[in-house]
Amino acid sequence: MSRDWPLWEVFIRSKHGLSHKHVGSIHATDAEMAINNARDVYTRRNEGASIWVVRAADIVSSAPGDKEILFDPSEDKIYRHPTFYEVPDEVENL
Amino acid sequence: MAVTGGAAMSDASKQFEYLLRLGDNALVLGQRLSAWVGHAPVLEEEMATANVALDLIGQAKSWLDLAGQVEGEGRDADWLAYHRDAWDYRNALLVEQPNGDYAMTIMRQFLFDAFHLPLLEQLAASGDERVRDIAAKSVKEVRYHLRRSSEWVIRLGDGTEESHRRTQAALDELWRFTGELMAADAVDQAMVEQGLGADLEPVADAWRQRVDQVLEAATLERPGEQWMQQGGKQGRHSEHLGYILAEMQFLPRAYPDARW
Amino acid sequence: MYSQLVDTGAKGKPSREGMSPEEAAFQDRIDQDITVEPRDWMPEQYRKTLIRQISQHAHSEIVGMLPEGNWISRAPSLRRKLILLAKVQDEAGHGLYLYSAAETLGVDRQELLDALHSGKAKYSSIFNYPTLTWADIGAIGWLVDGAAIMNQIPLCRCSYGPYARAMVRICKEESFHQRQGYEIMLELCRGTEEQKRMAQDALNRWWWPSLMMFGPPDGESVHTQQSMAWKIKRHTNDELRQRFIDQTVPQAHYLGLTLPDPELRYDEESGHWQIGEIDWSEFWRVIQGDGPCNRERLGARVRAYEEGAWVREAARVHAEKQAARRAA
Repeated sequence: MSRDWPLWEVFIRSKHGLSHKHVGSIHATDAEMAINNARDVYTRRNEGASIWVVRAADIVSSAPGDKEILFDPSEDKIYRHPTFYEVPDEVENL
Repeated sequence: MAVTGGAAMSDASKQFEYLLRLGDNALVLGQRLSAWVGHAPVLEEEMATANVALDLIGQAKSWLDLAGQVEGEGRDADWLAYHRDAWDYRNALLVEQPNGDYAMTIMRQFLFDAFHLPLLEQLAASGDERVRDIAAKSVKEVRYHLRRSSEWVIRLGDGTEESHRRTQAALDELWRFTGELMAADAVDQAMVEQGLGADLEPVADAWRQRVDQVLEAATLERPGEQWMQQGGKQGRHSEHLGYILAEMQFLPRAYPDARW
Repeated sequence: MYSQLVDTGAKGKPSREGMSPEEAAFQDRIDQDITVEPRDWMPEQYRKTLIRQISQHAHSEIVGMLPEGNWISRAPSLRRKLILLAKVQDEAGHGLYLYSAAETLGVDRQELLDALHSGKAKYSSIFNYPTLTWADIGAIGWLVDGAAIMNQIPLCRCSYGPYARAMVRICKEESFHQRQGYEIMLELCRGTEEQKRMAQDALNRWWWPSLMMFGPPDGESVHTQQSMAWKIKRHTNDELRQRFIDQTVPQAHYLGLTLPDPELRYDEESGHWQIGEIDWSEFWRVIQGDGPCNRERLGARVRAYEEGAWVREAARVHAEKQAARRAA
């Protein structure tokens, strides 16, 4: 029975100062190879300034069934957003 | 002319000769590597091999364009790539050797990269600004090539019994072509004197050090002293190059009036 | 297209009746354009259909490297060599992105490759035609990539998130593929007599097979309605084919080339170019394995895979040894 190499998820930080962003995955046998493969696959058009690779098996994610208890409670906390507050137009620098 | 290794040439034609060596090494190896595209052992390697080939063919274009400039007869990289026959090619014998199995390809790459990097590092400090610029750009690419090929030699050497055997066989097969890379002839010496080219002695030291270190990690045995094949740099090639060129140059040769 | 015949497990138009509450809720979310993500609940048939579609698409990219890869060694200038090499490399990359997207559905790339190698999985019929001259590289970029883009742009909005995201990346990268093909054709058509003949010959050979890329006519495409309801297909085969024809005919005329269809005519009333009959027997023959290059294409992929087995194994064993050494 043939087996493929382990799967790794790839995150790239672009040159524009944004955070690392998930871009896809690759297969590799070790961390060095994973970085190389991520570079060869996902930064061919000058996209990258930094690469993270994580074994897909090591990623822990929230369960889809938990969506309501995890995320709905923040829906009505609108006072966390700046637009919730009324400030006269004449007042500047707020 | 070429057989003398450049003893009787003018300065400009020695420069031309030297730049052809740099360009032809990159071109012939790039051509060989690109044959793996569509046929590599795993998809990730398709990508990586193509990247190395793209780097090398890009470097070849820069070197050959500069060679044409130095020559001053209006020949550009394409003309030099597509209209010279084998005896006018100046690449080392190593890079024209067949792809063989993946061990052969990786080993050929490693033995060349380990030479190519210290060579380019010196050229990046060349007295000639045009050489310096091309070398400075290429150094970054080749540093990655060497890292990758070193890692692969170690993986294959220190992998399974079969991969070890194949990789040792590749090393034994290719070893006789390594001497030429670092054997300085009159062209090399003239380029050092002109402050344009690289001194091959420190290149050879760096090469030996790198090769010993990687072979040890790969559990491979360094072949013993043996006869080193030479001639590619002076235009005396193995039989392989003719076939490479026949394929590569077919269109411009078959349709001499055409533009593409 | 790159996935011409995707079995959805359902024929005809799906109906709301007979859906379980889960299925109905799922369909509601699709109808509201909420993307489906890997761990969300989805009907088993949706999952299977997507795996089939995405993997057919991936296989097509990988097999599709071969006809063009043929010409990398013979590209007529260094610039053309670099462009072609980069393009074929992109195809490997696109195959890779798509296999990754398929893997989020709980299937291993290994299984997908095994299905390709055993001949069980399909890939686009177009790649079973030979590339005989340099003009074929122009024709493939212009026609085959042109047809592919037409299909792929709507897939950027398909309902399955990882597939849609892969398509966004692919479409962005592919934007140069069609242009470089047309540029090759243009150069040939402005060139010598022989080059013009070469260009015309390539168009003659690639025109009909590229129209077949869009898959069987709507009347025979039994799975289209289910796929459209699931938003993993956004237009019918005939719609996309017509759009491609309308776009391509004027481009051929600009080149000064003749399309190999005596019945081709412009219909003033509808504003569309109308073509003669497509030879669907050829399409089915090629799909079923008897195209000019089916054996060669699959054979090359199988050989690469088998000859690479010891390499993949060596890398794995080395990694295990290293891990053991670190642990010791």
